[in-house]
Amino acid sequence: MANHKFRVCPTTGLRVFANAENLIKANAVVAVVFLLVGGLFGLAVALTRWPAVHLLPADWFYLVLTAHGLDVLLVWIIFFEMAVLYFASAVLLSSRLAAPRWAWLGFVLMLVGAIITNVAVLQGDSSVMFTSYVPMKAAPNFYLGLILFAVGALIGCFVFFGTLVIAKAEKTYEGSIPLVTFGAVTAAIIAVFTIASGAIILIPTWLWSLGYVSHIDSLMYKLVWWGMGHSSQQINVSAHVSIWYLIAAAVLGAKPLSEKVSRGAFLLYILFLQLASAHHLLVEPGVSSEWKIFNTSYAMYLAVLGSMIHGMTVPGTIEAAQRQKGYTNGLFEWLRKAPWDNPAFSGMFMSLILFGFLGGISGVVMGTEQINLIIHNTIYVPGHFHATVVAGTTLAFMAATYLLVPLIFQRELVMKKLAQWQPYVFAIGVAGISLFMMGAGTLGVPRRDWDITGADAVMQPDYPGAAFLMMGLNGISAVLAALGGMMFILVVVGSILFGKRIPSKSEVAEPAAEPPAAAVGEYGSATHRAIPGTVVLVMVFFTAFVLYYFINWKYLSEVWPLR
Amino acid sequence: MAIQPPSERIWWKEPIPRTEIIWIIVAFLWGLVMFFMMIYWHSAGEQNLSNEAYRTTPAAFAAKAEAMVNEFKVREEAGMPVVRPPPGSDVYLIARLWQWWPILEFQKDQTYRLHISSMDWQHGFSLQPVNINLQIHPEYDMVVTVTPNEAGEFSIVCNEYCGIGHHTMIGKLYVAEK
Repeated sequence: MANHKFRVCPTTGLRVFANAENLIKANAVVAVVFLLVGGLFGLAVALTRWPAVHLLPADWFYLVLTAHGLDVLLVWIIFFEMAVLYFASAVLLSSRLAAPRWAWLGFVLMLVGAIITNVAVLQGDSSVMFTSYVPMKAAPNFYLGLILFAVGALIGCFVFFGTLVIAKAEKTYEGSIPLVTFGAVTAAIIAVFTIASGAIILIPTWLWSLGYVSHIDSLMYKLVWWGMGHSSQQINVSAHVSIWYLIAAAVLGAKPLSEKVSRGAFLLYILFLQLASAHHLLVEPGVSSEWKIFNTSYAMYLAVLGSMIHGMTVPGTIEAAQRQKGYTNGLFEWLRKAPWDNPAFSGMFMSLILFGFLGGISGVVMGTEQINLIIHNTIYVPGHFHATVVAGTTLAFMAATYLLVPLIFQRELVMKKLAQWQPYVFAIGVAGISLFMMGAGTLGVPRRDWDITGADAVMQPDYPGAAFLMMGLNGISAVLAALGGMMFILVVVGSILFGKRIPSKSEVAEPAAEPPAAAVGEYGSATHRAIPGTVVLVMVFFTAFVLYYFINWKYLSEVWPLR
Repeated sequence: MAIQPPSERIWWKEPIPRTEIIWIIVAFLWGLVMFFMMIYWHSAGEQNLSNEAYRTTPAAFAAKAEAMVNEFKVREEAGMPVVRPPPGSDVYLIARLWQWWPILEFQKDQTYRLHISSMDWQHGFSLQPVNINLQIHPEYDMVVTVTPNEAGEFSIVCNEYCGIGHHTMIGKLYVAEK
């Protein structure tokens, strides 16, 4: 059959089927296009919130902010995740893709949906923000596009599950699926829940915007909408943690310290991450504290536990692999002599650090029931999620792209120096965005606000000078991040169009049996390597976490007593 | 490697390395600390939401607010009534496109039952520079029992996007020394 054509990757020995390869390419390319568009919208937002620049007029600012959220948070990330799902199933399992025609249908639905929603936003009557809180109403096409997009993504998830079934039936691999594929399964399971939540709320809201439904309760909307909105961030976490493991394995030949622990941590995501809708309802009327505490903590922080486990096991696998290679001096020789000039590695490692220290800690702190009182809807919130979604997910996806270009597009990278610098420029920019927005938020600056001076208002708020300074520094950081983003797009587009072709053999019957890199050690056996450097990193992280957590309780205790 | 099937087929029976076990236990216990901290603060801390809330309608809520304004108005400022309700009383604050109505004047260290509701879309009550933030919904009457512990002039900023005039939705709240 024509769609059973495959080639053997010369570097990894994996069988890459043509049908999967084409879908991975298509999804990744569209993803990068929307990253470019959404990223430019983001730059315009940051330049407007830079008080000295104040780029856009108010109506354009709110329009562009809506489009920015949609295009990067939703379209870029989900398209790339489709590529990741197809890669983690078909390529890593050396299998053909299930139902490629359905996969193409899903792709087209997602693309059409994304375009419909973008057009609705650009027409100007749907500047309702990404969250589109009722009773504020967007044009019907705004919701329709999102629904089509979600249906397309759901089809993609089922193609992924189908591919797992085919690979198992056709015995393309032995034993259990690889850890990275396991992580992708986690992401896909959460995605199904996420898309179901989206359907439950967006379909009635669409009918409401058309006039067929008379009333949608605003609190119910938020509760269910965030079942989609926050859970989709958990898809991202599962996907980018999988990519951390993928890159550690592909670049360094790193092997999980313990399959059981890493898989158990993914399982915690599946079981508990869905409760996170509560993070958005902590200062809401109509929900009880018991409900808030149980849900906001993912049932006693069990999903946070999952992330903290990955926080040790991911650097731990890298340390073990490096020590195996002979970098055994001191605590950190393994880290100093890591391939920092390889953008896949440097991007991955900075994604790990920034996600943990900035995104993870701030997320848990602001998701504490009472502490949310001093953070809700301030610009601290986008500060937090730029650390998770941009420094964490987007940077990890960029790093993964540096692997996909040779492996899937079969092109060598062009402008290698630019590629080397790219993760650093982007990471520094995004770290600045996150830190300065969090800082401004601590000083009370609201999110989604065109002008904090109150120049057009009857009464003026009085923010401290430091708040304006932080917003300016945020603008500068955004320029740096945008530069990093442009470098990424230059390198990737340049490589795909003009990179040197990497030859590969086509339609070979047997996959290479040899593993691409030496395994690091057997678990639990005498060859297991100690990871003292990682232990120190984890202790630093834990200390920062505990200190920052209690500092925020101190801040809270200083505001007016409330009951 | 993480991109290949586990080399040990029965990977779920492998012993877990000691460093990982210790970290899992530490992280789990820390989770418990954070969980019980929220419960503890409900008894020991002073900043908690009682989550007292009622169903209402914009018309019913506005009627209560207007009655309060008629009874306790002390002056006008920029066309807006300034109201000094007695300590301990029920106080009504309307959120609507694009104002907080009316201007309230509290006394320091006195307690008020502050009701807030929206007449139209969702709004964000953000008291500055104190930095207390609440989400305001239409059709929900949210009650916060508040005790201002400092005197001065405070802003109420809207921090939930509510359309083109969102950034102009700024109100005022006074706290007078006793």
